[in-house]
Amino acid sequence: MLRFVVRRLLQLIPILLGLSILLFAWVRALPGGPAQALLGERATPEAVAQIEAQLGLDRPLWEQYVQFLGRAVRLDFGASLQTGQPVIEEMARRFPATIELAVAALLIAVAVGIPLGYLAARRYGTWLDSALVSASLLGVTVPIFFLAYLLKLVFAVQLGWLPTAGRADARARTEHPTGFYVLDGILTGDLNASWDALTHLILPAIALASIPLAVIVRMTRASVLNVLHEDYVRTAEAKGLLPGTVVRRHVLRNSMLPVTTVIGLQMGVLLAGAVLTETVFAFAGVGKFMADGIVQRDFPTIQGFILVIAVSYVLINMIVDIIYGLLDPRVRVS
Amino acid sequence: MSFLRVRDLTVTFSRPGKPPVRAVDGVSFDVASGQTVGIVGESGSGKSVTSLAVMRLLPARNVRVTGSIMLGDQELLTLPARQMRDVRGRDVAMIFQDPMTSLNPVVTVGRQLVEVIVRHDRKSTTAARHDAIALLDRVGIPDPVRRLREYPHQLSGGMRQRVMIAMAIACRPRLLIADEPTTALDVTIQAQILDLLRDLVEESGSALVMITHDLGVVAGLCEQVHVMYSGRIVESAPAAGLFARPAHPYTDGLLRSIPRIDDDHHGRLHTIRGSVRDVVAWEHGCAFQPRCDHAVDACLGGPPPVLDLSDGPPRQVRCPRPMNQPAPAPGTDRREVSA
Repeated sequence: MLRFVVRRLLQLIPILLGLSILLFAWVRALPGGPAQALLGERATPEAVAQIEAQLGLDRPLWEQYVQFLGRAVRLDFGASLQTGQPVIEEMARRFPATIELAVAALLIAVAVGIPLGYLAARRYGTWLDSALVSASLLGVTVPIFFLAYLLKLVFAVQLGWLPTAGRADARARTEHPTGFYVLDGILTGDLNASWDALTHLILPAIALASIPLAVIVRMTRASVLNVLHEDYVRTAEAKGLLPGTVVRRHVLRNSMLPVTTVIGLQMGVLLAGAVLTETVFAFAGVGKFMADGIVQRDFPTIQGFILVIAVSYVLINMIVDIIYGLLDPRVRVS
Repeated sequence: MSFLRVRDLTVTFSRPGKPPVRAVDGVSFDVASGQTVGIVGESGSGKSVTSLAVMRLLPARNVRVTGSIMLGDQELLTLPARQMRDVRGRDVAMIFQDPMTSLNPVVTVGRQLVEVIVRHDRKSTTAARHDAIALLDRVGIPDPVRRLREYPHQLSGGMRQRVMIAMAIACRPRLLIADEPTTALDVTIQAQILDLLRDLVEESGSALVMITHDLGVVAGLCEQVHVMYSGRIVESAPAAGLFARPAHPYTDGLLRSIPRIDDDHHGRLHTIRGSVRDVVAWEHGCAFQPRCDHAVDACLGGPPPVLDLSDGPPRQVRCPRPMNQPAPAPGTDRREVSA
């Protein structure tokens, strides 16, 4: 197990090295630069050159890269051009919001997707199955920002059931020891604050969950359909086991194997989707900070954000692989 | 006294856009308690479908099962699903063909064995584990305590089939159905598994229905044999009589097709010409007729009658011209049992 983890962490090094080069080149290939963005369209070339010199952008690319890399290994991504604060601090402050949102979305996707996928498989070929398959196709194809605005329009603006934006009521004065607002309310005994945070979380989480939910429904359906035809399910039936035992021990456990892998891969979709969702709902997480950073050509923020996301993605999938090993003894790492 | 009575069992698969197929067509046979019965036939003859029909394990959709399957005084075909689950594993247990795929790969051997004991014998898991260890030991698995904690992929094919057998005999069923239990195994292992089955059946007194395409398996194991062709039983006979004097040309062809080690002329191996048709309707005559060397006009125009040839133990053949039989005494006609 330890060897497996160490090996995966070592594999991270070439991935990150390659990614950082791509990233570095890509950010600098964006039209306009931070100086232009800072000074506006009418800036004189002299002023632009002066700012660029301040930021070190006038030096050769390879020199900039070496300097960036040297700092990045110490988790120093430089100061954000938007706020002047170190990028790592800005992200640390905003990460809990994004994690809270991503976890909420993942919970929705898993808790709704797996039962629906199972139901579709069990009702294979019926109108219910077709309806679920069509709905999941819609879920994958509708863009997040469209769905997000639609949800906001219906449930926040028209019906007024839920807040339109933000993470908490702006008038609330509550403490945030962890930065996870729902958890903070529970920790400080302020359950109203938890509830408030939860209502702010619902719409963005649903919008963000749409793609993973649809993928999980389809994957679960296909996987259950496969497993239902397996010989060992027939063996379980032949033993006269109760339907609940057959489903739990012999159908679901096996059909969850491919679903687990897909859930891990969906984390990438969640983190990327957070950029759009947080922007629509003015949800103060790293996604929104990143979106603002792109507009401002905030190089340090963009670079730091993407690297951190990449590391999280690899780590999450490593955890998924470990879980997979627990579920399937055949791939267990000794 | 037979305790499994199958009468006129017919299984029809409906296929979207195609005419339905009768995989099993009016099959009747009896199994006496403690008896060993073989059902022989090639792929597609309906032998596996027959066994799955007895277990009521055929898919519910697009499949129609008619006739009667009496286990003791219970009609299995109309038994509510809940009661059928009590019968499965407790009264009738099944051993499947491929032990590689018939065991759940992500559940330990022990758990798969214990779950059937807990289900039917209403024992605690601890007590069931004790039974499981004894069962693994009985089917010849060394170090059963360790094996119990292992997963199927850690066992060899022969070991896995032994686990399947242990699962089947766990609740001392009165009837064991073994569907080609040795087909997926090495030849040397096949003999061991058959020996084990024979010993277990003798020891427990349970009846055994052996589904196989291998006449050698039948010869060594079964008292009564039914030969199936294209969904119907074409010949039923005690094993000894069947091998000595096969009455149906199909049985005869099968026996001749077995290569013999003491064969002195090194010629071509005997085969039955043609191959099994996808769908053969018995309505228009004997389904084997197109491949039969002895076919006459009487073979066409409807299913051939079943003739009773018994001169002692029950013996029937579905053929107007049974082979290898002494000519009937003048004036006496062979009894027609059914059309």
